Amino acid sequence: MELLERFAQGELEAFETLFRQFQGEVFGWIIRIVRDPGVAEDLTVETFWRIYRSRSRFDPARSFGAWARRIATNAAIDYLKSVRPEVLLTENQAQVVPPNPGVQWDIRDRVEQAFTHLPAKLQVVARLALIEEQPYEEIAGALGISVGAVKSRVFRAVRLLRRKLKRLGVEP
Amino acid sequence: MNERNDEKLRELLRSAVAAVADTELKQDLWPRMLRKLDEQTIRASWLDWALIALVSVWFFLFPEVIPAMLYHL
Repeated sequence: MELLERFAQGELEAFETLFRQFQGEVFGWIIRIVRDPGVAEDLTVETFWRIYRSRSRFDPARSFGAWARRIATNAAIDYLKSVRPEVLLTENQAQVVPPNPGVQWDIRDRVEQAFTHLPAKLQVVARLALIEEQPYEEIAGALGISVGAVKSRVFRAVRLLRRKLKRLGVEP
Repeated sequence: MNERNDEKLRELLRSAVAAVADTELKQDLWPRMLRKLDEQTIRASWLDWALIALVSVWFFLFPEVIPAMLYHL
C-alpha cells in the first residue's frame, strides 16, 4: 500500500515518514509568517498534530505538501490572532538578519509596528507577498483562495499600512 | 500617482523589514511530536473514563432507562 494511503488509515509509521519528510518545509513556510524560530517550531508540531487528527479526511490522490502548507498557514493565522501586537513586535525584533542599514532603526520599528497591527489574514499575505516576495500562486494555494483574492488582500494591506504609517509619522 | 505611491511604500517596507534569511529547521521535531501525541492520547482516555463513569452512575441511579437506551442504539 502507498505511504499516503497508509497514513490516511492511521498508521503511525507512515505518519512519522511524512513528518520527517515535510517538517523542514512546513517550518520554512511558517517562519516566514511568524518570524520567530521558537514559535515556528511550536507551530510546526501543532500543524502536524492537526494533520494527524484530520488524516481520515485526507485524499491520498492529492499533494500532501500542499495540504500541509494550507494547515500550517491556518495554524500561523490562529497564532497571530491569539497574540497581542506588542508581543509580536518583540518577537519580530529578534529576527536574525539585519535590515537595510540605510534605513533608520526608528523607521524600521514603526514599519514593524504597522505590520503587527494589521488583521491576521492581511498580515500573512502582506508578509509573504511584500517582504518574502513569494509568488502569488503559492500564497493563494496556501490560503485556499484565488490569486485575485490575494491581490485584493495585498491592496487592502498596503492601504492600511500607508494609513497606519502616516499616523506614526512615516510617509514614503 | 497611486501606483507610484504604492511602489514607494513597497520599497520602504522591503528596505525596513528584511526577509527571513535562515528558514532551515535546526533540529528534528519528531520527539516533540511523539510527546504531543502521547499527551493527547492520555487526555482522550481520561475523558473516555469520565464519560463511562458518568453513564454508569446514571444507569445505577435510573436502571429503567437501560432498556430505552438499548432500544435506541
